[in-house]
Amino acid sequence: MTTTDALDTVTRAASSPDHPQPYRELGLADDEYARIRDILGRRPTEAELAMYSVMWSEHCSYKSSKVHLRYFGETTTPAMRETMLAGIGENAGVVDVGDGWAVTFKLESHNHPSYVEPHQGAATGVGGIVRDIMAMGARPVAVGDPLRFGPAEAIDTQRVLPGVVSGIGGYGNCLGLPNIGGEVVFDPSYAGNPLVNALCVGALRAEDLHLAHASGAGNKIVLFGASTGLDGIGGVSVLASESFSGETGRKKLPSVQVGDPFTEKVLIECCLELFNAGLVVGIQDLGGAGLSCATSELASAGDGGMHVTLEAVPLRAAGMTPAEILSSESQERMCAVVTPSDVGDFMAVCRKWDVTATVIGEVTEGERLVISWHGDTVVDVPPRTVAHEGPVYQRPVQRPSTQDALQESTPEGLARPATPDAIRDTVLRMAASPNLCSRAWVTDQYDRYVRGDTVLAQPADAGMVRIDERTHRGIAVATDCNARFCALDPYTGAQLALAEAYRNVAVSGATPVAVTDCLNFGAPTDPGVMWQFSQAVRGLADGCAQLGIPVTGGNVSFYNSTGDTAILPTPVVGVLGVIDDVRRRIRPGFTAAGDAIYLLGETGDEFGGSEWAHEVHGHLGGRPPAVDLGREQALAGALAAGSLAGTVSGAHDLSDGGLAQALVESCLIGGAGARIALPDGLDPFVAMFSESAGRALVTVAPAAEDRFVACCEERDLPSVRIGTVDPDPELTIEGLAPLRLDELRAAWEGTLPALFGGPRPGA
Amino acid sequence: MTSASSGRIGVITFPGSLDDVDAARAVRYAGADPVGLWHADDDLLGVDAVIVPGGFSYGDYLRAGAIASHQPVLRSVIEAAHRGMPVLGICNGFQILCEAGLLPGALVRNAGLHFVCRDQWLRVDNVATAWTTRFEPDAEILVPLKSGEGRYVADSATLAQLEDDGRVVFRFLGGNPNGAANDIAGIASADGRVVGLMPHPEHAVDRLTGPSEDGLHVFGSALDALVSQPEAFTAT
Repeated sequence: MTTTDALDTVTRAASSPDHPQPYRELGLADDEYARIRDILGRRPTEAELAMYSVMWSEHCSYKSSKVHLRYFGETTTPAMRETMLAGIGENAGVVDVGDGWAVTFKLESHNHPSYVEPHQGAATGVGGIVRDIMAMGARPVAVGDPLRFGPAEAIDTQRVLPGVVSGIGGYGNCLGLPNIGGEVVFDPSYAGNPLVNALCVGALRAEDLHLAHASGAGNKIVLFGASTGLDGIGGVSVLASESFSGETGRKKLPSVQVGDPFTEKVLIECCLELFNAGLVVGIQDLGGAGLSCATSELASAGDGGMHVTLEAVPLRAAGMTPAEILSSESQERMCAVVTPSDVGDFMAVCRKWDVTATVIGEVTEGERLVISWHGDTVVDVPPRTVAHEGPVYQRPVQRPSTQDALQESTPEGLARPATPDAIRDTVLRMAASPNLCSRAWVTDQYDRYVRGDTVLAQPADAGMVRIDERTHRGIAVATDCNARFCALDPYTGAQLALAEAYRNVAVSGATPVAVTDCLNFGAPTDPGVMWQFSQAVRGLADGCAQLGIPVTGGNVSFYNSTGDTAILPTPVVGVLGVIDDVRRRIRPGFTAAGDAIYLLGETGDEFGGSEWAHEVHGHLGGRPPAVDLGREQALAGALAAGSLAGTVSGAHDLSDGGLAQALVESCLIGGAGARIALPDGLDPFVAMFSESAGRALVTVAPAAEDRFVACCEERDLPSVRIGTVDPDPELTIEGLAPLRLDELRAAWEGTLPALFGGPRPGA
Repeated sequence: MTSASSGRIGVITFPGSLDDVDAARAVRYAGADPVGLWHADDDLLGVDAVIVPGGFSYGDYLRAGAIASHQPVLRSVIEAAHRGMPVLGICNGFQILCEAGLLPGALVRNAGLHFVCRDQWLRVDNVATAWTTRFEPDAEILVPLKSGEGRYVADSATLAQLEDDGRVVFRFLGGNPNGAANDIAGIASADGRVVGLMPHPEHAVDRLTGPSEDGLHVFGSALDALVSQPEAFTAT
């Protein structure tokens, strides 16, 4: 069939139209392959086939989600766009946060690699999102990790969770970026498909924004960072095995990429010095799809063509084919567009940091992306057809026939604790449950202090970092998603995720300004999954429009399932907030004895999808809590006002586990007890465990109470004084036997060490 | 005489240094002038004292601190230390000073194998070193600890000598977080001018961003050391 040494050039492709190509093995459908032939007017070369197949994959092309994601653009008003410097379609969204500062932030998924190889999968997830942020010209300032795993006690979770955590810590701690937040959630639907989402936030001066485009004929394309190897070439090995059938015994590397955080750390410093010196015209990170993506996206977004001499790429494996070089996902690489006169200075900066940098091509007149290999042309394509004009599918959307039955299976019939002792036992059981217990076993493996700008980190509701030491300006960020709510009603569930992240930012004293997301769903070929997806997108977009904060970017991850069963729909929402002076941040926890404790918002009998129904009864059914975004705005307004006026001494959001869990955490985080009388007219169980949205717990010094209550009344925000912070180390809830703090602490802190590695050293 | 601002304290940056900006900030908060030193340059720029900060100097490949200890800047630091210049190694810096032979013993993988980041109580057991004179004897301080290879080990003769000579400067309180011998968190050279510790005093200089301000005394103590013996310890 194929000769073992023939290079598949454009000329050869044109003269051998009937040469069979393994496009199906590369994930291309028949009509997609036909369209490529149509675009090129011939069959693609192996290298072109490699590029199209990876760039037209779901991960890179968003072909199933695009028609739905447009709704974000359609619902973004001019007012919402005012502070947005870059939005969906760029490497990451960028928001003006005042004082000349801009902030870029993004969530990305690394779910599937993290199941195959938890440590490296999670590590390279951190590396990838950090490079995305650098590609905007920003200094990364913080990271965080929303994680989902199978049941905490499952054998495979014992393999996956410690590996993911050590991967995030091992890579992230080496980069010098504080890890300021995230989530750890357990649910059986993630048993065969954990979710490892990674968040990065970067800061830059607004005028320094770098967008990924290759402009100006004659400008040089510089590849810098690690060398290119066979790791992560995935499906493209199909081509190699065909063309190189004679060359047996060549070492095949794992399809999961291997990260080197030290190289990434040096790359960060090198990039920042290049930015500061003004040596970069355009920049793009190399992540999924490697050079295929970087060259086609840079060329596609620029004003000309591009010529790349592929043999110039520094390799770390012998005998790599052009297709493999273009598809390699070797980590820690960036691609920059540099004017010819700056190349010398660019190289000097790279030498200082011992970063390998190589000119691999240049921007050309015309509109073609041409890639040559030792003088022969192996790629000659219109770059937009690779990067931006891939296939778009209107997948069938169908509300699952099981949805009605799910909603009709309400939690009303579930047995509730009836006696004071039973309620007290439930407080302890919930505090110790895998989804509500302390995350310290995980977060103590991450460096939250590095750079010295971390103002809030776990277990606070939102992470907060100072971005300007002179003015004290800072940002806050929180990610949230209750996927059970999304399963019951994806539209409302997505809005509840938005509401919770928004509220978590608000309780820190910051003002929410922008949204990113990581939409984790099952297979797009399943009409029921596409219904969940479309509902969640609409819910999120409509919610953002109502709150007046834009979605600036995000990520879609499909094909997440355990066996044949899709994961719970998990649209993780990240909200960014701004605070003009981090010294007025609000901390979680009860600290000052004598402070009054107020419950803000309204509590209803809402247990559909609740943690109590899940933990105690293994039940999922009914309706999620009602969402009232106007109430969320009022709550956020009252908290911001309280922070400005100095009337609020502490705040904690109410969400999973309800008031009981918020009280337990407030006592344990702050180290003080509390005396609580539950609000009149509410069943004690409902008061303590309902998960009604739009609520928070705040502490107020006695002298400030009148002012604070007035501030709530102005906003029609219900507030009820439910008790005081107490010097005794006990949580006393009227009608129940007191809960000693050491008893609560043992319950709350004991679970994860018992499951994943014994007591913490020294604890 | 409190010519605090005349103190110039160098902070070394290796390619993988992470807490160099924090150390420089702590120096500033303490009233001295931080001076950036580059690993590949053997010129100490006339500083009065040197901090080797935390991080992963060369990715911690081979052994933590092993490669850094052979860099040009370290050769100059070793010479200056032998002339009595105050030198502080924090975390990875402590590892580097041990690798460089300025301090005895070594730092190995934590007993629990995990990286540990937490607010750690310490007792200051020696308040006579160049970096601890501002502490009260036996002061208990709260400082972040964040390391994966922070377990101090040494042979029994070395440990006995450290204890006999009072060269254990900082000791873990409230539980040993990493299995360090004798709960050792930090030690000093025989002349008390070189100190290394695993916890991060530079992260405890402001209640906004750290658990306490206890760490400030470390940097302030160095200033006092410079003022009391100005000529002898200036780099040339």
